[in-house]
Amino acid sequence: MDDINRQIINTLQGNFPISDRPYLEVAQKLGITEDNLLQRLECLLKNKILTRFGPMYDIQKLGGSFSLCAIQVPPERFEEITRIVNAFPEVAHNYERDHEFNMWFVLATESAEQITQINQAIEEKTGLKVYNMPKLQEFFVGLHFQA
Amino acid sequence: MDELDRQIITATQSGLPLVKEPYAVIARDLGIDTETVKLRLQTMLDNNQIRRIGAVPNHYKLGYKANAMSVWNVPDDKIGELGKLLGALPFVSHCYERPRFLPEWPYNLFAMLHGKSREEVSEKVAQIVDLLGEHCAGYELLYSKQILKKTGLRLKEKD
Repeated sequence: MDDINRQIINTLQGNFPISDRPYLEVAQKLGITEDNLLQRLECLLKNKILTRFGPMYDIQKLGGSFSLCAIQVPPERFEEITRIVNAFPEVAHNYERDHEFNMWFVLATESAEQITQINQAIEEKTGLKVYNMPKLQEFFVGLHFQA
Repeated sequence: MDELDRQIITATQSGLPLVKEPYAVIARDLGIDTETVKLRLQTMLDNNQIRRIGAVPNHYKLGYKANAMSVWNVPDDKIGELGKLLGALPFVSHCYERPRFLPEWPYNLFAMLHGKSREEVSEKVAQIVDLLGEHCAGYELLYSKQILKKTGLRLKEKD
């Protein structure tokens, strides 16, 4: 990765302008042409160094609901439970973690009631307890990764 | 969120068009004018409904291969103060208070830690232990073993 790409990653993790020619504004600050910036972004996305370029929405502030949930899955049932949990479209992410609480998933729904309903449905289908751990307070979100 | 915001969100949630006038392209696709798109986005940004606009790096590709969810048991009456301290550390990407489930889950403060190696993450954990001092009644690190699903957040398009 060259210095310009590094600079793009380090300076463009926020504050992208809402203007008629936003890429031009950014390119001028970086001392490159607008076309060059567009090509570089395309390339960074294609190589999956960036997963996305655009607005990051907060679904909770838009009236939806989010929760982190955990299950202690017996190891011999891990595959079966993964299949059941992942089949719910409201499950946005699901991670296996190194712990007795070995399954951690995020529910994203358009209403708060749905979080409870889906967790009840998962409990019925799996026979396992779902620990619902919604955030009570947010202290920080948004690491700046240094390239 | 009204219908127009919803349309703008569905048009941009997977990314902005990589063209010279991205907001004009979105406006044309939705059959509205560019000023409206810009105004709606600016309003959502001012209301924190948009956290930020920009690049979302893949931290694995940048070499951050050790990613741990660190969970801490701290006194409830101190959590506001301690949460802010942890959240201000440069290597913490998310920091939240979450409910305990006693006795099996005593942890109420969650901080995601990222490092280029587990050794680097351990050093960071040591810094947090120092920072929390006597207020830390226990902690654990939950490293991710496997991504089982990652579709992210998607609003459904309404017909």
